[in-house]
Amino acid sequence: MEIAALAFYFFAVIAIISAVFVTLSRHPVHSVLWLILAFISSAGLFVLLGAEFLAMLLIIIYVGAVAVLFLFVVMMLNVDFAALKADMAKFLPIGLLMGIIILIELGLVFGDWNFASNSLELRAAITPPIEDIHNTQALGLLIYDDFIYLFQAAGLILLVAMIGAIVLTMRHRTNIKRQNVMEQMSRDPSSALELKEVESGKGI
Amino acid sequence: MSSNALTIIFSEIALIVYVLGALMYAVYTKKDELTSKLIWLTSAVMVALGGLIVFFGSGESTAFNGAFIDDEFARYGKVIILWSSAIILILSRDYLTKNLLLKFEYPILVAISVVGMMMMVSAGDLLSLYMGIELQALSLYVIAAFNRDSVRSTEAGLKYFVLGALSSGLLLYGVSLIYGFSGTTKFSDIALALGQGPTPLGLLVGLVFLISGLAFKISAAPFHMWTPDVYEGAPTPVTAFFATAPKVAAMILFTRIVFDAFGEIITDWQQIVSFLAVASMFLGSIAAIGQKDIKRLMAYSSIAHMGFALVGLASGSLAGIQSLLIYIAIYVVMNIGTFAFILSMEREGKSINNIIALNMYSKIEPLRALALMILMFSLAGIPPMLGFFGKFYVLKAAVDAGMAWLAIMGVIASVIGAFYYLRIIYLMYFGEETEKLDGSMSTFGWMTLMVSAIVMIVGVVNLFGIERIALSAASTLLN
Repeated sequence: MEIAALAFYFFAVIAIISAVFVTLSRHPVHSVLWLILAFISSAGLFVLLGAEFLAMLLIIIYVGAVAVLFLFVVMMLNVDFAALKADMAKFLPIGLLMGIIILIELGLVFGDWNFASNSLELRAAITPPIEDIHNTQALGLLIYDDFIYLFQAAGLILLVAMIGAIVLTMRHRTNIKRQNVMEQMSRDPSSALELKEVESGKGI
Repeated sequence: MSSNALTIIFSEIALIVYVLGALMYAVYTKKDELTSKLIWLTSAVMVALGGLIVFFGSGESTAFNGAFIDDEFARYGKVIILWSSAIILILSRDYLTKNLLLKFEYPILVAISVVGMMMMVSAGDLLSLYMGIELQALSLYVIAAFNRDSVRSTEAGLKYFVLGALSSGLLLYGVSLIYGFSGTTKFSDIALALGQGPTPLGLLVGLVFLISGLAFKISAAPFHMWTPDVYEGAPTPVTAFFATAPKVAAMILFTRIVFDAFGEIITDWQQIVSFLAVASMFLGSIAAIGQKDIKRLMAYSSIAHMGFALVGLASGSLAGIQSLLIYIAIYVVMNIGTFAFILSMEREGKSINNIIALNMYSKIEPLRALALMILMFSLAGIPPMLGFFGKFYVLKAAVDAGMAWLAIMGVIASVIGAFYYLRIIYLMYFGEETEKLDGSMSTFGWMTLMVSAIVMIVGVVNLFGIERIALSAASTLLN
């Protein structure tokens, strides 16, 4: 028990510290690296909760794909982060004010928090009993069976994102020469070469 | 899930299967020349599905553990959404051709967003609500920026996208607080959880966030900021689409969630909705006065109209829901007619949106000017027209629910708002001679304008029986 608690505080503290450094570090690449650390600590928290599948997903998808993509974007786009930071200083006071107001509001909300009397049963009702099947299987059952409607809708949303990206950015340029590999390979000397007898003293 | 569930969501599945088929066909033949045919076909499919719902839809059933509800209330919304989108799609054809925007993705994206709207009006669960909203909104962001070579259009798309994402964030935050309290995302279970005792503060904060997100979608003040810019920047047929079907979907969803899930705490959301209603009515009426661009004007007009529809919702009674349903039906017809006209505002092949261009329009095209005059009278809510009855029902519902002050506010806002509608009529009939508009109108556009104008007058007789339909749709929600 103590070890679990210790691990929780370990991961939680690292997650918060790295989240703070994501915003504070001067170099954007460092920010992305801190972000990866934040993801990994959150994955640790998931493991502590018994959601090992989500923990793996977090590492594979967020660290493996999203964060690496961020890294590429940060390195490839020539964004002047210093200028952005300078702008940020202007909005800092009002941003801080908003942050404090929201913090106070959240404090009020959670200070007086109570659950509906049957909320815990309702929360547990949709998941199959943990003794019978393990997490990953339960997740699959829920996503592909109970929530198939929402799963398909999410698929449609991704389709729209794809169509949108193509409609808004793809341009067919007409005046460029494209390489056609099949055409190149199917050439043979009989059609590609023409032999001419050149009479001496004359051109072709 | 059973085969029964598939029958219940047949119209959504049919539309999406059609969309995917059309998308595949158009992609593999790579023909933008198909677009024109695709637009007609998509409209035909939508009209047919609307007809199917009218003739074969009956009873009340749920599918997918209550995530999808098919009842008369949802069907009422779906029919309006399908038919109005079909008309607007055909209206857009000429404009898109003239502005070289005829790409096959346009009807496809419109149809997908219609599927999203149908999911919205049928949502019975906070998750399906969010999925519907996102599916609808994401397609709308893309078509707002559809004219990608125009700075205004891309700006409109980007602005809509960023603010839409923000509003989705608010909505989701509200959803998470509501889930935290009740332990469920199903509307009916939330209502059960609320019936048990005093409402905690956390849930109310969640409700406020949720309503803010929805108010953004119907562009109710103070969440309206995006509307004028997006309406102005987007291509005109897209603006016409924005002003009609998505508003209907969001309004119906709004009504369903506050009654189905939060029916136990009517007094709590009544104050919020009344505030939104008053703010939108006044902002829409006053801010439109200075507008010169007719699309911006219509944006403010739609803000004001949403305010009036919210008055119906704020009364929190059966008559209130009924008046809201009648109001949005009339609103959609008026807007389709007006936008059919706006699409024809051209000079030498270029679109003109400045209302000054309407000077002495009655001399050039007396019949069109007359039709527009009727529509403007109706939008302003001046008595013999149908628009007056929409406002009348809404305000009457408010008075009957003991909210006379809200009705008085509505009347004052309506009088202020009448100014800018009347100004357009003034310009058309008594303005100065200036450069003339010479835009031609397609037969379909002309017919749409005339039919909607005639509806505004003939509808006075019995409102085409919509009163009864709206009443039975409204009563399914309260049971």
